[in-house]
Amino acid sequence: MRYLEEKARQAQDKKAALGPDIDLDAYQSEPVSHDYVEDLSDLSKADKKQMLLAGIDAEETDRSGTFVQKDTAVLHAHSKQEGLEVIPIREALKQYNWVEDYYWKLVAVDTDKYTARAHLDLHNGYVIRALPGSKVVYPVQACLYLEKEGLSQNVHNIVIAEEGAELHVITGCAAAAHLRRGLHIGISEFYVKKGAKLSFTMIHHWAEGTMVRARSVGMVEEGGLFLNNYISMKPVKSVQMYPTTHLVGKGAVARFYSLLVGSPGAEMDVGGRIFLKEPDTRAEIVSRAITNGGKIIARGDLVGEVPRVKAHLECHGLILNGGSIHAIPELEGKVDGVEMSHEAAIGKIAQEEILYLMSRGLSEDEATATIVRGFLSVDIPGLPPQLKAEIDRAVEQSNKDMM
Amino acid sequence: MLQVKDLQVKLGDKEILKHIDLEIHPGETHILFGPNGSGKTSLLMTIMGYPQYRVTGGKIVFKGEDITDMPVDERAQLGIGVSYQRPPTIHGVKTRQMVQICAKGEVDAEALAEKVNFSEFMERDINAGFSGGEIKRSELLQLMAQDADLLLFDEPESGVDLENISLIGNAISNLLQRDFRVNAKKTQKEKREERTKMGLIITHTGFILDYVTADKGQVLYDGVLTCTSNPREIFRCISKVGYEECVRCAI
Repeated sequence: MRYLEEKARQAQDKKAALGPDIDLDAYQSEPVSHDYVEDLSDLSKADKKQMLLAGIDAEETDRSGTFVQKDTAVLHAHSKQEGLEVIPIREALKQYNWVEDYYWKLVAVDTDKYTARAHLDLHNGYVIRALPGSKVVYPVQACLYLEKEGLSQNVHNIVIAEEGAELHVITGCAAAAHLRRGLHIGISEFYVKKGAKLSFTMIHHWAEGTMVRARSVGMVEEGGLFLNNYISMKPVKSVQMYPTTHLVGKGAVARFYSLLVGSPGAEMDVGGRIFLKEPDTRAEIVSRAITNGGKIIARGDLVGEVPRVKAHLECHGLILNGGSIHAIPELEGKVDGVEMSHEAAIGKIAQEEILYLMSRGLSEDEATATIVRGFLSVDIPGLPPQLKAEIDRAVEQSNKDMM
Repeated sequence: MLQVKDLQVKLGDKEILKHIDLEIHPGETHILFGPNGSGKTSLLMTIMGYPQYRVTGGKIVFKGEDITDMPVDERAQLGIGVSYQRPPTIHGVKTRQMVQICAKGEVDAEALAEKVNFSEFMERDINAGFSGGEIKRSELLQLMAQDADLLLFDEPESGVDLENISLIGNAISNLLQRDFRVNAKKTQKEKREERTKMGLIITHTGFILDYVTADKGQVLYDGVLTCTSNPREIFRCISKVGYEECVRCAI
């Protein structure tokens, strides 16, 4: 821990490799106190409403556990199922020695000033763990909620699917509707052990003045599967993240799917990077980006380090109404015998498609909305129906906003 | 009734339809012949309202309403439907969804799909990787759901294999109320007299005539509509002596 602290201190002023620099001193970081609620139904109506938009259901219907953090304070954390642990990370670090084996083991604490800040001034975050062999069929829901004006919310999350376990997590990041300025620094580390399956779906529902810097790294062991979905369709000022996953066991699989909508004024620099380090590993990165006036950089990087790996990257962009999309797909094959491909396309909605739908009776606006919805509807294999429904709902809502 | 009166149309700077006059009464089906590039598809697209086909003179009247400047979707709602020759692929929009759009929601999509042997395509993105015959069946399925009164068919038999040609021919016949299925309550004559659907079918090969009866045939040649006659006779004439001789009267 002492060593981590030292490294973090050294990186305190280290600018990030990507994305506009943020002056951290412009945000306050003192803890904001909110009371813990035993019963989720005691949350305020406004909070509930905002959380629901990011996929968090206070009723906990078809959910196996819940974690809610508002600003710097944990409001609620519990697991409904045996074999599943949902613990605030500060408590976990204090109570369980094993947590240290996972804390800053994948993300380097001195990556940049944001990782440094997340360690030196950690507010909280969650540890979600599915014990060996346990199948957590319903998703665990986690919400990171930003309400305090001018706050930098510093969060560290660890998700572990132990050997043979199955775990689905939906994380909703949301800001209060009135929030004008806020910063979210989120560190995430994902451990998918031998034969385990983890799906992680993150829905961002920020506000126009929110800045987001996320640092996330995952590791998948032999025969493991990691599905990583990211949905951001609401206004945000600036998001920069480049989640990375290492496939370190034979036959490990990772799939990244992201759906991005860039509203006017938004700057999104979002990517995915997967290292294929063992034979028979497979990786797929699929992204759909629509700009409505925002600036989107969609990155993707696949690195094949050994023979007999398969990887594909697909990056499609649609410019609807001003704005820009910069697709940067990269493939690196380092040995003989890798099979890697990518396709990238940026365009506008074809007039021919609009007219085709209009000739079936839809108005021009309805036709456009139908095409946009189709563009964003990516079939994600292996996702439980509750999460599919959440994604469909986000797409539907975003469609309404755009039209 | 559809009335096309002295219609002149430009595509870009090129005059592609020259003083077209055409009338299709309720219950009538017309066959439109013509060589490649003569303007057949342009005429269909102009009736449907595609904006790149610029009407420079004349008018189109449907059900008594002047639709010359009406947008495509309003024409569809008024009862005009088209079966395209090469419709676009729309990713993420399923065939089932298209059927529901055509029917405005209320439809037994499965039952309709079965009629054109298309059930296994309902969850596929519309037109994505469809063969020639699959495109035609998908188009017919959508027209069945739309239940239009004026049906425009752009070469419905092109690219269709022999196995499917009768299925498609019969489906068109049904859509145009031209089938001869025995109905205990109505005689064939009564059925004929009660027909309301109007059809305009473009054909290149004439194969469709083996399955669909028609009232009139016409030849479109270099943007000029001519030679109104019995469709089978026109087809024979074109087969024997070619388009140029067939329309010599008008050129």
